Amino acid sequence: MVKILNIKLLRDFVRLWTQALAIALVAAAGVGTMLISVGTYRALIETQQAYYERYDFADIFANIIRAPNRLLDDILAIDGVIRADIRIEKSAILDIPYMKDPASAKIISIPDIGNSSLNRLFVQKGHLPKGDKSNEIAISQAFADAHGFEPGDSFSAIMGGVKRKLTISAIALSPEFIYTVRDGEMFPDDKRFGIIWMRYSDIASAYNLNGAFNYLSVKKDKGASQAAIIKNLDNLLKPYGGTGAYDRSGQSSHSYINAELTGLKAMSFVLPPIFLLVAAFLVNMTLARLIALEREQIGLLKAIGYKSSTIAWHYMKLGLLVANVGIIFGWVFGAYASRLLAQVYAQFFKFPFLLFQDRPDVYLIAAFAALIAAILGSLQAVRATIRLSPAVAMAPPAPPIYRQFFLDRIGLSKYVPQGLIMALRNLSRRPLRAALTTLGISLATGLLIAGLFINDSLEYMIDATYFKADRQQATIISTKPLTPSAMQEIRRLPGVMVAEPFRVIGVKITNGNRQKRTILTGKPKNADLSRIIDLNLEPIILPEYGVAIPEMLASILNVKISDVIEVELLDGSDKKMKLQVSQIMQQFMGLGIYMEIGALNKILGESSLSNGANISFDTNKTDELFSLVKSTPTIAGITLLRKSLQMLRQTFGESIGIMRDVMIALAAIIVFGVVYNSMRIQLSERARELASLRVLGFTKFEVSVILLTEIFILTMLAIPIGFLLGTSWAGLVAYEYQTELFRMPLIIERSTYGLAGLVVFIAMLVSAFIVQRRISGLDLIAVLKTRD
Amino acid sequence: MTNNKKTAFRTENLVKTYGSGETAVHALRGVDLLMPLGEMTVLLGQSGSGKSTLVNILGGLDSATSGKAWFLDKELTALNDKALTNYRRENVGFVFQFYNLVPSLTARENVALVTEISKNPMSPEEALERVGLKNRMNHFPSQLSGGEQQRVAIARAIAKRPNILLCDEPTGALDSKTGIGVLEALVDINSELNTTTLIITHNAEIQRIAHRILFMADGQITDEKINRNPVKPSKVKW
Ligand SMILES: Nc1ncnc2c1ncn2[C@@H]1O[C@H](COP(=O)(O)OP(=O)(O)O)[C@@H](O)[C@H]1O
Ligand SMILES: [Mg+2]
Repeated sequence: MVKILNIKLLRDFVRLWTQALAIALVAAAGVGTMLISVGTYRALIETQQAYYERYDFADIFANIIRAPNRLLDDILAIDGVIRADIRIEKSAILDIPYMKDPASAKIISIPDIGNSSLNRLFVQKGHLPKGDKSNEIAISQAFADAHGFEPGDSFSAIMGGVKRKLTISAIALSPEFIYTVRDGEMFPDDKRFGIIWMRYSDIASAYNLNGAFNYLSVKKDKGASQAAIIKNLDNLLKPYGGTGAYDRSGQSSHSYINAELTGLKAMSFVLPPIFLLVAAFLVNMTLARLIALEREQIGLLKAIGYKSSTIAWHYMKLGLLVANVGIIFGWVFGAYASRLLAQVYAQFFKFPFLLFQDRPDVYLIAAFAALIAAILGSLQAVRATIRLSPAVAMAPPAPPIYRQFFLDRIGLSKYVPQGLIMALRNLSRRPLRAALTTLGISLATGLLIAGLFINDSLEYMIDATYFKADRQQATIISTKPLTPSAMQEIRRLPGVMVAEPFRVIGVKITNGNRQKRTILTGKPKNADLSRIIDLNLEPIILPEYGVAIPEMLASILNVKISDVIEVELLDGSDKKMKLQVSQIMQQFMGLGIYMEIGALNKILGESSLSNGANISFDTNKTDELFSLVKSTPTIAGITLLRKSLQMLRQTFGESIGIMRDVMIALAAIIVFGVVYNSMRIQLSERARELASLRVLGFTKFEVSVILLTEIFILTMLAIPIGFLLGTSWAGLVAYEYQTELFRMPLIIERSTYGLAGLVVFIAMLVSAFIVQRRISGLDLIAVLKTRD
Repeated sequence: MTNNKKTAFRTENLVKTYGSGETAVHALRGVDLLMPLGEMTVLLGQSGSGKSTLVNILGGLDSATSGKAWFLDKELTALNDKALTNYRRENVGFVFQFYNLVPSLTARENVALVTEISKNPMSPEEALERVGLKNRMNHFPSQLSGGEQQRVAIARAIAKRPNILLCDEPTGALDSKTGIGVLEALVDINSELNTTTLIITHNAEIQRIAHRILFMADGQITDEKINRNPVKPSKVKW
């Protein structure tokens, strides 16, 4: 019915379009980030699930030293087991023609005929290996991409001490290796580590495993108890060197992806609310000003018989209209960007396909949230229209009340420039608006810090890991325990300067009814290359007796210093020992426990054995060293740490760069929206005052300075508040990311604060100058003629 | 006094006090008045004498501190906010000194603002024709002169065929020539539609066009005069 009011509404909207647009953009960012995080999260989790289902990703996994293939029947007989896949899994050093430094691979057997029954391969290019001693292999896609390998290409591998030439027949993907890392590592290095699949008969003889397997995957019935199956499996496999079955959470690819997905989900709880909050108070500021400006019109509408509720709704609709524009922008942007991000992720994770479905519910929820924000923002402002009595509204408003403020009171105002005085008086007259403007700019600053600090933390961890802890140039892993004389041989390899032995054993630790599987590492007490470091990056000196365990594990197991824990070896030896906890360590990563290698060997009743060595070498002899390593049968693998560091920076550098740009854009939108609106309101309120100054002979520049002083003061106030906000936010993010295995250090470099401050300041200047240009447009005569 | 006509407004000891204690302002100090239907009345008084306050209460824009006021049989001083809104919507047309047009609406739309919510309105075009502005109806307020804007305001006030037309200093912001044009429009409407009209002014000259003149000073009605021969606005000069 109230059509004419709607015409007014639309004309107001068009007149205020720049302000409306600035607010709509902020709301759009809220809607968009919600669609992106939820849309991408859902796409990935659905794709993951579909991938797991279509390619039969197993539920339970186990490593065994050697078990006969006939055990399969017993495994299938276990209650709740519906399918099982047995295979051989070995690691091998590769000799790739054009690459000097050695790469390594995990070699996995597939049945002689057909695909594996679980964790089936998706053949992306070529055909599955023929078998029959053809030396045909399938390789993982990431590895193929890193080298540009195509079916038909070949390279060599040392398998069971024998160098064999392998020919690629297929490039494949597997649900087991969506994220591919070497055992025990965090980050991928696709050039130096890949997966190779080969027919069973082609592998078995190389490792003397004919008729046997050393890796088992099991698919369980939906309703069956995982724990019961694991227990039964452990009993069955123990005699064959079973090291304990584990579920998907112990599978590295699966657990990494889940951690990533959790992070994505967390984003949907953090980002959108910030934007919607800012949008809400921008709506509030703008509507409040509009209502103040139109108080006479409101009085008139009341005088001629419009109901208060009709008038309130009229202004509310303006807020909703702005929200709706924001929603549409947000929908378009979110629909596009969530698809894009899901594709980027799918590529990073190597999914064979991507299920992306736009679901109306996220769109509706996001829209609903934006509308609620607009309503909350409008309510307080619109309430003023209801309270306004028509008789008062029609009378000219009382001149604004200025108060003395502290500079006046302490008599300092004499010494402060007039422009500053005006700005300060004006701010103190509208403390709420000044506070909201400050808050908006602080939120943007905080957002930047919370988004950018992850890079600092990552750099810190890189420094901690590669320069403070693992300072070796390379790690050599042997195929079997090395005797002291074998260690001597490694020391005599060309160029090797220092070689420190280490020993790694899978263990199960028990304290009362608490249990945890982890890795026990033995290292020399005064290790200089590979050290254990604490949170302050200080090396930890291993105690001469007993074990050192990380704080996180201590709390999982509920043990204190000098408690005794039971340690069961998972190397097939079935050995159990009682060890005293002699040190509790604070660390960033890992649940691994440590002992002095001599003490470890003594307890094991063995003399000075090791699994490999950390070495440093003369880089001039690199070629010689590597070619020898590649052809030494006892060496199963070599990891070059500095090389993987480069790779790491490459892998993460790109996504961190994108993240940084997105955060900067989002923060800039907030600052722009806040500053633009608050200055437009300023300008409208003080148009008379500023025009009077112009009449008095002030230049445009001088008048601009007066207008800019206020927003400058607020920004200068907001930035440090934003620093505080951002720091505590970052702390929260770091805490959220914390898992059993990983503690993110809260490191915020000065340069990050600097960048955040700079971005905010520049965004403020840009929007301020856009508003400032309107001062030239101030119609001096018209402004002075209108009634205030 | 002409007692044969029905009464439009009647008040009894109407008091309005703004604020309280030492800073209290006594805008109305016991106003008793009687205003017959169909007449053109002028309320004359100096600035600050309480004219606007009185008219605001009669028009249902404001409430009295004490005393009573009736419109026909309706006791205005007993109505709540919602009922007052309805009273204004159904009975009263307002014209203010500063026109109070909605700047984002055209002349026609400003009038339609009222016709949309009235029961038996004339068309905005007809209302604008009555004030001689039909040809400017698609202009925005900023494109009209002061006198034209005030005539749009009058068209807006009469479009709903109100029982009462309350005009608070309708010529206050206008030069005399334009002001006279506005008064002519008001007189025409009073005679053609028989709308009871109350014009507030501090300009003594304007009393000559009215049937009845109320004099106000210091919050009270001090005198009342009946004008047997109102003159045409064109004869008035100031
Ligand atoms: N809202 C208000 N608050 C306080 N005093 C007021 C208010 N409105 C009017 N007054 C005072 O009441 C007195 C009468 O005002 P008003 O009715 O506007 O006079 P007039 O219309 O005759 O000029 C004046 O002294 C004025 O200052
Ligand atoms: Mg007045």
